Amino acid sequence: MELKTKINAEDGKQDLVITREFDLPLELLFRAYAEPELIEQWMGTKVLKLEAKKYGGWQFETKDPKGNVALQASGVIHEFSPNQKITRTFEMANTPFGVQLEITEFEKLTDETSKVSMHVIYESVEQRDQVLKLPFAQGINWAHNRLEEVVSKLK
Amino acid sequence: MNLRRDVFQAIAEPTRRAILLLVASQAMTAGAIAANFDTARPTVSKHLQILTECELLEQKQNGREIYYNINAKKMKEVADFIEPFRQMWDERFNKLESIMKNYKPKK
Repeated sequence: MELKTKINAEDGKQDLVITREFDLPLELLFRAYAEPELIEQWMGTKVLKLEAKKYGGWQFETKDPKGNVALQASGVIHEFSPNQKITRTFEMANTPFGVQLEITEFEKLTDETSKVSMHVIYESVEQRDQVLKLPFAQGINWAHNRLEEVVSKLK
Repeated sequence: MNLRRDVFQAIAEPTRRAILLLVASQAMTAGAIAANFDTARPTVSKHLQILTECELLEQKQNGREIYYNINAKKMKEVADFIEPFRQMWDERFNKLESIMKNYKPKK
């Protein structure tokens, strides 16, 4: 079976590209990135601030199941073009990973399908590789548990 | 962990990936591997050398011939390196998709 989410991370480079095709019209896909209450559901994070416009700032906060702040991330939005493109910086508080630049592009495939392509540029090769190794440390099950919670509420 | 970088360099090259695919099904000699490529024989040898140094390939002496075998353990280790990160995004995107499907206009 072909993987739906693909990561292209060439060795020795300080960037990577994440692509994913969705069974969703482009407009719905973009809404998931534009509306705080939707972001909160699929990213499993709290949106403290989201000024969805050029020069706007954003700030997310994630808590572990016990309610401790596990992760804080923030940045500045450089471009916010509905259904097309979001360019922003991303920085995780209290980590040595530096600031990353994220260029997320949205594309209509058919009336019912769409694609997202996220180009992430890190400060260095080492920082990119560190971030790639993160899920090892954090455990990916955490995100999965949240998914089940959210979906069960929707029924 | 330094080896990791070398390993990724090794698999970033298309010919080397093709060699790994080829050898994955059966152990082969350098000559038999080279016969599958238009690339000059010394270039293929160089690729084999790099893959062997990164431990993605293993050499096995069989009489006068040296056979190249894939090192499954090492291959898995490399594949696993990015996999958790990919899965993390896959989970997020699956979630996004299932949530947003609820917002589709009813037909």
